[in-house]
Amino acid sequence: MSTDAVISAEALTKRYGSVVAVDGVDLTVRRGEAFGFLGPNGAGKTTTLRMLLGLVRPSSGRASILGRPPGDPDALRRTGSLIEGPGFYPYLSGRTNLELMARYAAVPASRVMPALEAVDLAGRAGDRFGSYSLGMKQRLGVAAALLKDPELVILDEPTNGLDPQGMRDMRALIADLGDQGRTVILSSHLMQEVQAVCQRVAVIDHGHIVTVGTVEELRGQPDLEVRATPSDTALATLRALSYVESVRPDGGHLVVTVPTRHTADVTRELVAAGVAVTGLRRTERQLEDVFFDLTSQSGSASDATQEPSHV
Amino acid sequence: MSDNSATSMVAMTRAELTKLVRRPASWVLLASAVTLSQVFGYVIPYLSYRSGPGAPMTDGQTPEQLLAGTLPAEVVTNTTSAFPVFAGALALVLGALVSGTEFTGDTVKTLFTQGPRRSAVFGAQVVALVVATGVGVLVLFATCAASGAGIALAEGQPMDWPTLGALASGLGSGWLVMAMWATIGAALGVLLRSVALPIGLGVVWILGIENLISAVAGTSLEALKPLRDVLPGVNAGSLIVSVIPAQTGPLPPGVQDAVGGGRGLVTVAAYVLVAAVAMVAVVRRRDVA
Repeated sequence: MSTDAVISAEALTKRYGSVVAVDGVDLTVRRGEAFGFLGPNGAGKTTTLRMLLGLVRPSSGRASILGRPPGDPDALRRTGSLIEGPGFYPYLSGRTNLELMARYAAVPASRVMPALEAVDLAGRAGDRFGSYSLGMKQRLGVAAALLKDPELVILDEPTNGLDPQGMRDMRALIADLGDQGRTVILSSHLMQEVQAVCQRVAVIDHGHIVTVGTVEELRGQPDLEVRATPSDTALATLRALSYVESVRPDGGHLVVTVPTRHTADVTRELVAAGVAVTGLRRTERQLEDVFFDLTSQSGSASDATQEPSHV
Repeated sequence: MSDNSATSMVAMTRAELTKLVRRPASWVLLASAVTLSQVFGYVIPYLSYRSGPGAPMTDGQTPEQLLAGTLPAEVVTNTTSAFPVFAGALALVLGALVSGTEFTGDTVKTLFTQGPRRSAVFGAQVVALVVATGVGVLVLFATCAASGAGIALAEGQPMDWPTLGALASGLGSGWLVMAMWATIGAALGVLLRSVALPIGLGVVWILGIENLISAVAGTSLEALKPLRDVLPGVNAGSLIVSVIPAQTGPLPPGVQDAVGGGRGLVTVAAYVLVAAVAMVAVVRRRDVA
């Protein structure tokens, strides 16, 4: 395991009877990085995070969080988390809820208002949690995660229930947490959210880690979309170029995989071959495209199994 | 226990007491207990007394006996005699609410991820319940004492209060009984991870099954006596009977001397301990899914 690993998991597995919710997950999250945990609903994201936080015992495998075993009080006191929605007392105000949590976390009550301000909830701090909108409840959950001034922040679907402005604010907050040097794990099924915030990403599907890499690595190099006539001459010319990795017709244009530094060379060679280039643009693959490619290979993103819950 | 652990336990107990005080259901339950004790301990007997010898609901008692049952000398009886069954059921509801809602509201996850030890969280809950039932007993005692004093003044009767020793043993035993039912309710809330089911099962047990077993064991099926003698309500009833003055009037159902006060005391205390230990043991090991 890497010495700068904030989280390490080896062959982490959770079975519920015959259902394998998480199957041999290996994972390393390094100190100071924003790490995305991407997967369809029921893929095993939340169960993995629950195991890391000690809420759920692994069936097999091992893990450490901040150098301690999962559920270790010292590690939990240095970790802020929001797992699968906020859980608070509906008859208490947002502020009182956090003051109670501060007692359980053994942190001073003076941390409460800064945490509420960080999620823009200070103005409604005195209102009962039960009267909060879904987005406000979610923000209170994030405030509770920040209460301990944690070095590790684990957020599971933090933008659930937020309106577009709330989602943007939440992304900015998560980016700020990363800028402050905290390690952030962001679990989500929203690709844009992860792409906007995280440096590295693990994709999980059907309990398996499908891939791990930087966002750039996963997205790969951008393709070149070429519109040219005559297209058969253009196709033959491009296929003859040694630095072109692949060419394929796609509708009325050609999709060319070629290193960015050879873009000008492509144009020059086509013109030299007598081809009229009418359009040329770089098309970047979105994380969403990568995600669907990966999950369709490992199973499907749409027929994800539901994680079992207790009866 | 280290200083840090003791400090955090105190902080968590204060947090649990805050939740109890702010929870509307706590006050509803307390108000119900006070209303029940006032209505059955004072209002009905006093109205029957005022109605004279032919009044309904006198249960064969003379008006003088009815009045005597409401005077300050009977304050321990009137405070505690409903604890083994009716008020005990309310205490069980409180216990189930306190622990069960942590699971139904998903707050247990938020609590555990703050970093306390699981056993400390639910240990603090038991301590808070014991404190809350103690406060409830004192409130019931105060209202009963006020009613008894008021009736004594109104009727020109002597203001004879029980001795301090009788008060202490009566209220202390009553507190233990209420704490037992609350802890059993809390343990059921944790075991079943819900609120409705433990309340339903607990209340049916207290009000129905225990009385049924006691009745059958006392009459047609003596083989059930060993089982009856370990039931929580039966032992609670025996404990309460041992600390209240000799009765001329009827006691509530379930309040009778079946096993003796000493055994009742030990058994009730054992139930508190076993319920608390079972609750903590389960919560330490179980997944929070």
